[in-house]
Amino acid sequence: MSDQTATAAIDIRETSKIYGRDRESGVVALDQVSLAIRDNEFFTLLGPSGCGKTTLLRLIAGFEQPTHGEILLFGQHLEGLPPYKRPVNTVFQHYALFPHMTVAENISFGLEMLDTPATQISSTVKEVLGLVQMEHLANRKTDQLSGGQQQRVALARALAPKPKVLLLDEPLSALDFKLRKEMQVELKRLQNETGITFIFVTHDQEEALTMSDRVAVMRDGLILQVGNPRDIYDRPAKRFVADFIGDINILKGRILSKNGAQAMVKLNAGYQGTAGLPAETDSLGDEVSIAIRPEQLSFASGAGPEHLSGSIQHISYFGSGFDYEIVMPTGETIMLQLQNRGAGDHAYAVGDQARIAISENSMQILAD
Amino acid sequence: MSDQPSANIQLSSSAVAEEKRLRNTRLGLLAPGILTIFCIGIMPLSIVLVYSFLEPGDFGGVSWVLSFDAYVQLLFEEDIFDETLSFTTDYLQIFLRSVSLGLFTTIACLLVGFPTAYFIATQPPARRNAWLFLITIPFWTNLLIRTYAMLLILRDQGIINLALIEIGLIDRAIPLLYTDFAVCLGLVYAYLPFMVLPIFASLEKLDFRLVEASYDLYATRFKVLKRIIIPLAKPGIAAGCILVLIPSLGAFITPALLGGGKSLMIGNLIELQFGQARNWPFGSAIALVLMVLVMLSLMTYLRYGTTRKGAPGHG
Repeated sequence: MSDQTATAAIDIRETSKIYGRDRESGVVALDQVSLAIRDNEFFTLLGPSGCGKTTLLRLIAGFEQPTHGEILLFGQHLEGLPPYKRPVNTVFQHYALFPHMTVAENISFGLEMLDTPATQISSTVKEVLGLVQMEHLANRKTDQLSGGQQQRVALARALAPKPKVLLLDEPLSALDFKLRKEMQVELKRLQNETGITFIFVTHDQEEALTMSDRVAVMRDGLILQVGNPRDIYDRPAKRFVADFIGDINILKGRILSKNGAQAMVKLNAGYQGTAGLPAETDSLGDEVSIAIRPEQLSFASGAGPEHLSGSIQHISYFGSGFDYEIVMPTGETIMLQLQNRGAGDHAYAVGDQARIAISENSMQILAD
Repeated sequence: MSDQPSANIQLSSSAVAEEKRLRNTRLGLLAPGILTIFCIGIMPLSIVLVYSFLEPGDFGGVSWVLSFDAYVQLLFEEDIFDETLSFTTDYLQIFLRSVSLGLFTTIACLLVGFPTAYFIATQPPARRNAWLFLITIPFWTNLLIRTYAMLLILRDQGIINLALIEIGLIDRAIPLLYTDFAVCLGLVYAYLPFMVLPIFASLEKLDFRLVEASYDLYATRFKVLKRIIIPLAKPGIAAGCILVLIPSLGAFITPALLGGGKSLMIGNLIELQFGQARNWPFGSAIALVLMVLVMLSLMTYLRYGTTRKGAPGHG
């Protein structure tokens, strides 16, 4: 871990940002956040609006100065450096393309400001235009471009000066669904091809999961969990993380015994099995929250084991599958999700008694 | 079958009637606009145009005799005795002085007005209106009164000179009043709001995220101003310059009071012709020449000054 910190692309140490006079009367946008982002990583800051993710990005870019703490870029202190002295570029949420310049002029702007020789500028502009597949529109004015094209120009403009870290502030939020999907793939490809560290800010959990190498989930100026997408989804450490990302059932239960990162739990609803255990652990015997994803549940087949049971209260169909809402004898409601595998699959109806099986190793204890 | 053509004719004649009715309606609706433009735009200018080609009347006014004397007089002097014409630059010099003073005024207004407008545009919205209010307040007082106030400030016993003597920077009052400097200062004071307001309007619309983006792309403060803010505020700057230059070219109260009649401006010259000199055609001719010059330079600006390189391509 210390080795990674030494070579971190961005090292944020106990950084706070407080708007207003002090902690009591002001607004705490970031609260003693520490975070190390590795070189060549696609790192995502995920959280609802107002969680501090954009503030963190603006601190790295230099538009804001931290109230406390320090930020290092490949070991170099950034405090006090204005944005134009940081080898970091930003793709803005609304692109912020210069309306009085052509596509090519927009892209060469950063290079010109760095006093790059003209021949090198033109070859770099050509190169990044190729990278985002916009060569044919080099001489267009930016207001003659569609949203997706503007997005590509904004990317090209930020990539042209070859920054050490690229910051992306919800760049896909203004695009429609299909284009957003395309750009997700595109961004991932660009990151692979350029080898630049990407720090991506989003409130869209799906976007975060599909693109990132690692994700930090933020809330109220704090980082709740950092991990790769599978960790975040399968092993959420906190209730908020579990709730924010995807659908989840949260059931009550008790810890019977602990064994490292595993624990034997007994659900109030009856089932007993192993569950993942986050670092900050509740003591034995206390009631804890246990999370199970709806797709980890299934209907127990004839001879298979029955872990939970209840009566089906509601069924909703969403094309690629079904959601079943089942009320258990404890009064807890549990959601079960099935893939749509054909007409015969839909054997249960509202009011039926259902026997439910839980997949192996799919339970996770949550810290509050 | 036989009544088909006649029906066609009827149809077309009714279509013609309909067309005519529409045209009359349109004309009726446009009439107030046309009338206004005619009364306050075309008619007075036409009178000036016609008068400039007539001979001066004995007691002011004009006598209805066609003559080009007014225009000839601009460049040539008539000898009192043998009535021969010789080239003179007297009036050209007045034109030149007016134009250079107008340009100085415009540049000074721009240098003061742009930072002012930028300051106001970057204030929180609630405070902007208060600042704009302060900028426009002097407008509510008569220009003549304000120019007299300026005179009191600039004269030898005015506060500037008294203050400088009091501090001990100078022994005797330095003559500020009745200089080109005084005229320029007076004009800047009078027309500054015309510069501030249009520049403010274009800066207010400026997306300051663009400024942030250029900082991010390694532009220093000066480069941001030069490459982003000024180009985007250009329409406001151009409007401001036009709005200051044109009235200061024709100004006559300020040069008369603050210039002390020592340096004649076009405005004073025109006023003189309609007043003491009683040469209305010559006054009209000067006014027209000034107007044409301004118009030509504006047209040149619009044609060559506004096209930027890298104009949008088609395709």
